[in-house]
Formats: sequence, C-alpha cells, structure tokens
Amino acid sequence: MVERYEIRLSGSGGQGLVLAGVILAEAAAIHDNMYAVQSQSYGPEARGGASKSEVIIGSEPISYPKATSPDLLLALNQESFNKYAPSVQAGGLIVVDSDYVVDELKGNYRLIGLPMTDLARTQIGREMVVNILCLGVIQELTGTVSREALERAVMHRVPRGTENINMKAFALGIETARKHKQEHPNG
Amino acid sequence: MKIKEVRFVSGNEACAIGAIAAGCTFFGGYPISPSSEIAEFLAELLPANDGRFIQMEDEIAAMGSIIGASLAGAKVMTATSGPGFSLKQENLGFACMAEVPCVIVNVMRGGPSTGAPTSPAQADILQSRWGTHGDHPIIVTCPTTVQEIFLEVIRAFNLAERFRNPVLYLLDEINAHMREKIEIPEASELELIRRPAPPQAENWGFPYRRNAEGVPLMPDFGTGHRCHVTGLDHGETGFPTGNAEIRQALHHALMAKIDKNAASIYKNDLFMVEDAETLIIAFGSTARSARRAVELLRKQGRKVGLFRPITLYPIPEADILKAAEGKRKIVVPEMNLGQYVLEIRRILGHDIPIAQVNRTDGEPITPDQIMAAV
Repeated sequence: MVERYEIRLSGSGGQGLVLAGVILAEAAAIHDNMYAVQSQSYGPEARGGASKSEVIIGSEPISYPKATSPDLLLALNQESFNKYAPSVQAGGLIVVDSDYVVDELKGNYRLIGLPMTDLARTQIGREMVVNILCLGVIQELTGTVSREALERAVMHRVPRGTENINMKAFALGIETARKHKQEHPNG
Repeated sequence: MKIKEVRFVSGNEACAIGAIAAGCTFFGGYPISPSSEIAEFLAELLPANDGRFIQMEDEIAAMGSIIGASLAGAKVMTATSGPGFSLKQENLGFACMAEVPCVIVNVMRGGPSTGAPTSPAQADILQSRWGTHGDHPIIVTCPTTVQEIFLEVIRAFNLAERFRNPVLYLLDEINAHMREKIEIPEASELELIRRPAPPQAENWGFPYRRNAEGVPLMPDFGTGHRCHVTGLDHGETGFPTGNAEIRQALHHALMAKIDKNAASIYKNDLFMVEDAETLIIAFGSTARSARRAVELLRKQGRKVGLFRPITLYPIPEADILKAAEGKRKIVVPEMNLGQYVLEIRRILGHDIPIAQVNRTDGEPITPDQIMAAV
C-alpha cells in the first residue's frame, strides 16, 4: 500500500458519486484497516450541476483531505473529464464513461473507457446503480481496496431493499473491467 | 482506552454523537448549511436517549430555547452557521451575563451575509471572540479531524458546565462534511463534568455567589430554590442593581472566571516545532493543509513546524510565545482575509516576520500555497 493514493469521482449531481466515495473510503478505513478520508463538493442543487467526491487512502494518517493530483479519476461526463483530467498525476489512471466522454484530451495518463451508465441501464435495469458498478470497475482495475471490504461496505451503505441489484451492479463492474483487461493486456 | 465502537462518519455526525456522549439532553436549532446534519442526527439521537429535540422558528429563538433548557438543568447545544451565528449574538450575550452553560456550534461558511452556503471558510474567528456587545467571557475551541470533533465537543460541554459559560465550537464546511474513521470510547472512559451544585440549603438565595474557581453556585430552576436571572447588572441574589461597586465586581468576576483558569482551558497540538526555523500557526481544517506542508517540506530537509491551537480563546499567549521563540519566520494560513493573525502579531510583535496565507474563494488553502509562503 502506498503512503497516499488520491481518488476523484466526478460526474453530475444525482449520480450517487458521494455515496460511492463514502463506500470506497469506509471499505478502506473500516474493513481493510487503512487510513481513509472522504470529502465532496457540490453546488446548492440536489440534481444536475457538477458533483465531485474525493477519497484519499493511505498507509499513514492523512493530513490534507483533498485530492491535489489524483492517482485515479473517474469521469462520468465530458464536463468533469475536461475539468479534472489535467490535474491527474503523471502516469495516473482515468476511467471514463465511453458514451458520455467522447472528446479525449491527450495527456500522460492511462485512459480506459467503458459504457458504465449504459450497462447499469440495460444489464441491471436501473441507471441509478451506476455508482456501485463503477466501484466494481475501480476495484478490479486498481486493487486499492479489497473486493471483500467493498462488498461489506456496499451492503452497509446502500438503501435497504436495493442490496441485490447493487451487488449485481458491483459484480458486473468487476466482470466488465476484467474483460477489458483481457482484451487490452497492455493497458 | 476501551473502545465501544468504530464508525466511519462525517464531522457533523461525530459532533452529534459526541454531544450525546457528553450528556447533552436538549438541542434547540434552526437548520442552516453546512451545519444542518448536526440537527438532523440529533433529531433521531436525542429522543432515543431520553433527550428533547426542538426545531424553533429561527436562530434567535433556538438560542433562547437552549438558555431556558440549561437553566432548568439540561446540558444543551445548538448548531448553526455564519448568518445564524450573527442572529444568536444577542442571546449569546445574555448567556454570558446570566452565566448559562451552553455549547454553540458554528460550522463556518463564507460571509458577510449569506455568503456561500456550501463552501468552507474560517471567517468568524473574531466574531466568536467579540460578536456580542460588551466585555464578556468566552471560550472558543476549534477541532481539526473527525475523531477530534467527537472528543472536543465533549470537552466543550465540560468547559461550559464547569465555568457556567457559553462555549463556541467552530467547525467548517470541510471537516463538518468530510468522513473519517472514529473510535467511540466506552462511556466509563469519558470524564463528564456537571455544573457546580449549590449548597444543600433549604432555599439558597444567592445564585450568583461563587465557588473557589469563581463560578456561581446556581441551583437549577424547578428544584425548589428561589432563583432570578437577568441580563442587567446584578449582585449575588441575581436581582438588578445600580450599586457601582457590585456592578464593577460583577464585570471583573465574569472575566476572571475564564482568565484565572485559562491554563486548564488551553489546548494545543505541536508538530515538529522544536528544531523548526519556520513555524506555521494554523487551526481547524486549514491545520491539515499546514501539516501536509510540514510533512512535504521535512522530506526536502526544510526545518518547519506546526503550532495548532485547539482552544482559540482564551488565547494561549505564553504557549505561542514559547513556540515562536528563536524562529526566523511565522506563517499564518486561515480561510479569511487575516483575523487570527492579528492576535499573533499582537503577541509576537514586529521583530519576527509574519507571513499570511489567506483565501476566501470557497476553496481550501492548499499545502502548496503554504509551502510557497514558507
């Protein structure tokens, strides 16, 4: 585990990215016994607008709680990609929704595009689980937080009655990322 | 310390859980971002713990409600943010004058006026010291991490009760909404203080007669004692007086209660201060940026340290003087245009260069900004 690993989850308000950040950080801090801080910024609106959730994970206590140059960026729309891609750490990873991020800026990072929103809508039947599907993708691609820890945190945090579809979404995220890795062995 | 529970919570939630652990049984509030979750959590927690929660019609009434509940013997709290904090100032003065124990949380956001509800600031520092009119005693504390928010709110209740004085508890949008792991100790591990009890007299008629610490031995309302409180100058009986001698003695006694016991109210956290050539003085969530700056600069071999006051008022003058002794430079970052730095300058004088790092655009001060100032 590195001393400090910065993650920024971005998209629009209502996509559940704050909850995704909370789950990721809780999995790391409570179940994987690492240090983790989750924070967010949002506008006054309940839906729409730009939403950003940040998680810092590390082997040491975390002082500054915000991401300055993320090791991992998740961008679910073009606006977030344009805004946050330039701050990504050299050699960092950007995961985008390939249906919504179409203009890709060149930069010193690994870019992986997957149709995550569409998968949630068509395979699970509920677009709202895209946040949990993204967590599966992140788990498989980075391994920063263990699968078991994330599953426990998902079960603890999602609304009652939605555990099944969220766990399905999580598993689909992992499967999708695994398939991508097999098809692109060199990243 | 025996731990009862480990949880992953926001600063606001930790504040609510801590209030319950401190023995809070009454919260009167009016919701305002970014403090609303404190009320939200306590609306559930208080009724489940034999307490009362009430949402009042505005912040002024909310402050009035906690004063009333406290006089009746409850440990009380309210929570608000900038504009609401302004509204509370009048009743806050009453609580100082009538010596009513209470904890007022101010989750700071920008200002003046409604400012920016969802962005952080630390712009109410001087208001927290001098917001209500007249010379008055006050205690102001300012935690940094979520774990500390939990522990320090318990200390805030203890100080309020011990000195029968309002304690202002300053969070900001960053540490109020940020989530971290907290360890909740077993109740038996926590030291909880209750206000000094009056003598066992049949009808103690002197609610403002003081103990050795200078704190009034006031009975709780409804316990059979004759008790009168007022915002007017008063003597030991609690009734107004025009007697110059008694009035002067009251004003000195109010201030002395905090000033003479200040050593037991101060609390600071020092990080790599001893061999430092440059000293950063920072509090609240800005202290996290400052600590990161120290960590990064130390890796480059730069001798930098951090002095973090947790008690902002009474101001730990001797501790600041000692920490700054022999340093070449002082850096004071704060999310305002320069407030606590005025105190630092007053204490340290003009012989040592003091650099400010200020920001009020709703973004946190970054470690980079502090490193540049060092």
